[in-house]
Amino acid sequence: MALLEVNNLNTHFFTRGGVVKAVDGISFSIEEGEILGIVGESGAGKSITGFSMLGLIDKPGEIVSGEIIFNGEDLVKKSEEELEKIRGNEIAMIFQDPQTSLNPVINIGDQLMEAVLYHNKKASKKDAYNVSVDILNLVGLPAAEKRMKSYPHQLSGGMKQRVVIAMALLNNPRLLIADEPTTALDVTIQAQILYLMKKLSSDFGSSLILITHDIAVVSQLCDKIAVMYAGRIVEYGKKEDIIFDPKHPYTKGLIACLPKLDDDKERLYQIPGIMPSLLSLPEGCYFKDRCEFADAECDVYPQLQEIDGRRIFCHKVK
Amino acid sequence: MKFKNELLTEYFEDKLAVVGLVVFTILAIFAIAPALFSYQNPYDLTQLYLENSFQAPNANYWLGTDEQGRDIFSAIMYGLRVSLYVGFASTILSVIIGFTLGLISGYYGGWVDTIIMRIADIQLSFPAILIALIIMALWGAGIGKIIIAITIVNWVYYARTARGVVLSEKEKDYAQSAKALGMSNFSIIFKEIMPNTTAPIIVIATVRIAVAIILEATLSFLGLGVPITEPSLGSLIANGYQVLFSGYWWTSVFPGIILMVLIISINLIGDRSRDIMNPRLKR
Repeated sequence: MALLEVNNLNTHFFTRGGVVKAVDGISFSIEEGEILGIVGESGAGKSITGFSMLGLIDKPGEIVSGEIIFNGEDLVKKSEEELEKIRGNEIAMIFQDPQTSLNPVINIGDQLMEAVLYHNKKASKKDAYNVSVDILNLVGLPAAEKRMKSYPHQLSGGMKQRVVIAMALLNNPRLLIADEPTTALDVTIQAQILYLMKKLSSDFGSSLILITHDIAVVSQLCDKIAVMYAGRIVEYGKKEDIIFDPKHPYTKGLIACLPKLDDDKERLYQIPGIMPSLLSLPEGCYFKDRCEFADAECDVYPQLQEIDGRRIFCHKVK
Repeated sequence: MKFKNELLTEYFEDKLAVVGLVVFTILAIFAIAPALFSYQNPYDLTQLYLENSFQAPNANYWLGTDEQGRDIFSAIMYGLRVSLYVGFASTILSVIIGFTLGLISGYYGGWVDTIIMRIADIQLSFPAILIALIIMALWGAGIGKIIIAITIVNWVYYARTARGVVLSEKEKDYAQSAKALGMSNFSIIFKEIMPNTTAPIIVIATVRIAVAIILEATLSFLGLGVPITEPSLGSLIANGYQVLFSGYWWTSVFPGIILMVLIISINLIGDRSRDIMNPRLKR
């Protein structure tokens, strides 16, 4: 049985301008120890998907329908109190910007210890301290013991992200959701952090959902990939299949955008146009206006096709 | 001066603020232990002699005496004690109430926010003195009652400030990630957001102590404040005011000067603490 199974999840935002279907009927699953990458451009609903897993959708948003089966239990049906026991304990989340995701007026040690003590009421302060120092060593923060007394502003961005990752791993979560964990970091640090996350997730045996707009990152780390476009998954399957043989025109476009070393084109490829506003989606396939293969057939949203265990929504893939 | 704490070091860079702090400390010492410095206990009637009434300032009675032969200098010491006690007690109470309500109001929003903030708005639309007057008129005089009255007037300012800061703080990632760590709303408000909102509250509290003391003095001057057996600076002024134009100016003027000095010293401290706690004001 899969660790997490999402079935036909709908997370909608009821705004004054109309209903925004930020997550519109997506399904995916993740096995124990597996790494799933969710790729897509800004506003495709990747982050909202991540937040939905934890029930962290604020008004005017709401999970309208669907199931999130974690460990055999449906998280959508759980009460806030039950979710609080799961958050940070069994499912943890790493946020995009390490600069702001630590509390600026509390030192690192206290923040880490608080997170330990919060889920283990019986643990002593000393235990919490030791656990926190150990985890800081594990994520490779130099002089961990000394850093316990540091405030976030005294650390660099990369160090902060290590602390944030440490905090997420404190209670040995079974599922870790990383929302663009490296976007705010420079490229050399990015590689370190990504490698660290991969190593930790295999050491801890926890599953990882990596949310990113960077398909290069996904191609290095993940076992499975879900490509999202305008709130829906357009292609979903094993990494090798999708990276080496993309079928959906959008996935093809994303991969074509990557710079290649053996190519001296002056300009990189770019997908023409922009993603439609979620408030005024076109009839039929959402990608048709930007798709070079689109024709009259595409005026109806494509049905799910399963080809060799991979799921694709496109009329042009046969 | 150099201190371990950067903020303290910075505080002492401003001469005027240091003067304010020194003056305030002296007045506070008088207020804490008036018996050590005063010639007599002005409220022990056995120590008062009517033949000493209305003496102008002299070697025995530095600031003169009032109509009952009470030493004004001693009376000011004891009066300071009452004024400062009322000022601090009401400020602490209103910070506790206002800060908590502001945090809750800003964090939860919705109808909780609407109810708390509309009460605050309604209250702000009346002059503070009027509200306090009504409360005191209904309840009668008494130190406990005046503390509650001033608290009712003052909590609004802390609530509004706290709410404003919380509105921006709760959207920040650290509050979100605390939520993702499984913290309850209660813990997020009081363990994560509250430490980030204390600076403006401390600043306002310092300034509002002065306002609370003035409000108490005003009420006492109007005869609605502290009981006559335990006069504050305000009631000393009121008491002397009755004979001010009979030539006994010292009975009213000296308590007035001390009240003024007290308020100025608190305001100097308040201004400086605002400057050092808000880095954006720095040049």
